[in-house]
Amino acid sequence: MNSKPTALKALDIISIILLAVATYLALVYAPTEKVMGDVQRVFYFHVATAWVGLLGFVAAGVSGVAYLKTQDLKWDLVEQAAVEISLIFFFLAIVLGSIWARPIWNTWWTWDPRLTSASIVELIYLAYFMLRQGIDDPDKRARFGAVYTLVGAISVPITFLSIRMFRTIHPVVIGSKSAAADGGFNMTGDMKLAFFFALFAFTIIFIDLFWNRIRLGQLQQRIEQLKLKVME
Amino acid sequence: MKKEKRKSNYLRAIGAIAWKDLAAELRSRELLSGMLVFSLLVILIFNFALELDAKTRTSVTAGVLWVTFVFAGTLGLNRSMAIEKDRGCLDGLLLAPVDRSAIYFGKVISNLAFMIIVEIIILPTYSFLYNINLFQPGLLLVILLGSIGYTAVGTLLSAMSVQTRTRDVMLPILLFPIIVPVLIAAVKASNGYLQGLPTDQILPWINLLIVYDVIFIAISFMVFDYIVEE
Repeated sequence: MNSKPTALKALDIISIILLAVATYLALVYAPTEKVMGDVQRVFYFHVATAWVGLLGFVAAGVSGVAYLKTQDLKWDLVEQAAVEISLIFFFLAIVLGSIWARPIWNTWWTWDPRLTSASIVELIYLAYFMLRQGIDDPDKRARFGAVYTLVGAISVPITFLSIRMFRTIHPVVIGSKSAAADGGFNMTGDMKLAFFFALFAFTIIFIDLFWNRIRLGQLQQRIEQLKLKVME
Repeated sequence: MKKEKRKSNYLRAIGAIAWKDLAAELRSRELLSGMLVFSLLVILIFNFALELDAKTRTSVTAGVLWVTFVFAGTLGLNRSMAIEKDRGCLDGLLLAPVDRSAIYFGKVISNLAFMIIVEIIILPTYSFLYNINLFQPGLLLVILLGSIGYTAVGTLLSAMSVQTRTRDVMLPILLFPIIVPVLIAAVKASNGYLQGLPTDQILPWINLLIVYDVIFIAISFMVFDYIVEE
């Protein structure tokens, strides 16, 4: 429990290497896109960070349900870790997306379904942390946190859907294309490699961060217990 | 026979809780008068902030109305749960030998009643002030569905927020990001009716409201136990 597990140490190193390779692939290896130019290179990390944000979002919802079912505080740690990671990565995705959108859409921001949903998720996460801060009893904090993540996890897809009922201009690169989308393109083989490698690298980074954060939570719990023991 | 009896007991418990809130409100009129005056003030502020002249009015009326309802609703939800918490009524209710979800439904009904009463007064006032006919059956249906979704989630989250340290601030922060779909659908549908769009363009929004209401009533029913548990 005290020293860091070897597997985790190895995963840390692998994550760093993968990140370096993904950066190389995105910035150097992938060909420059014909219409958009170099700014398109943002796309590789933009989608990858949003993907990690989504993974964290789903993990938070699932662990919320798991907590309510088992009442085991372990799930509360998992949920908190997932929310924190998702918060940071959605933020990164929004920032990267804005950097791309400025020259391509000629604006930093539009109220498109994805952008709006991502920002609402961020607001829900902030509300989640404020809620937790306002409660002292750990069991109650965990219960309320789990209920709120569950409610959020159900409301956000409905939000996404409801905004999608308006027209969207966000390009869909993978899968079907919307006629109104602006800034879409077809990936060449090299681009696909850089793209899927970035997705893979960030998935591993997600697992690494998740593991580290859960371990940190466990250590925090341990410290609290020790403090209580000392005070007795 | 026995099952039927339990069912009627459950309904009677819901009715009793809703009735107790309404009766208390009828005597004190604290909550309703607060919500009403507040909504009138919000409309007044909008009047100056948006320059509600005849041209802008047609496009922003739905938005102004919903923002007013949502803000006034937060006030009511906060108050109605705070009363339970402060005087220890909630503990009393929890001791009662009824299913916990009956408390939830009772509170939803009374909160919904407060909201509808406020809306019944605000709508004619708005119509009178701005010369817009708001009494269309479709629009009233949208307002009802929107209010149901809003109070269903609002009651659940207000039961949570009153138990935190920063309770008055907490409710809108928790509630607003969750009710975005209700707000979008309600504003879009209301706008549709006010601008006389054909029904098939409004129907998707009404369907969305119904779906949201059903989902969130079901979810709240399932998780309410965890929130009031001591």
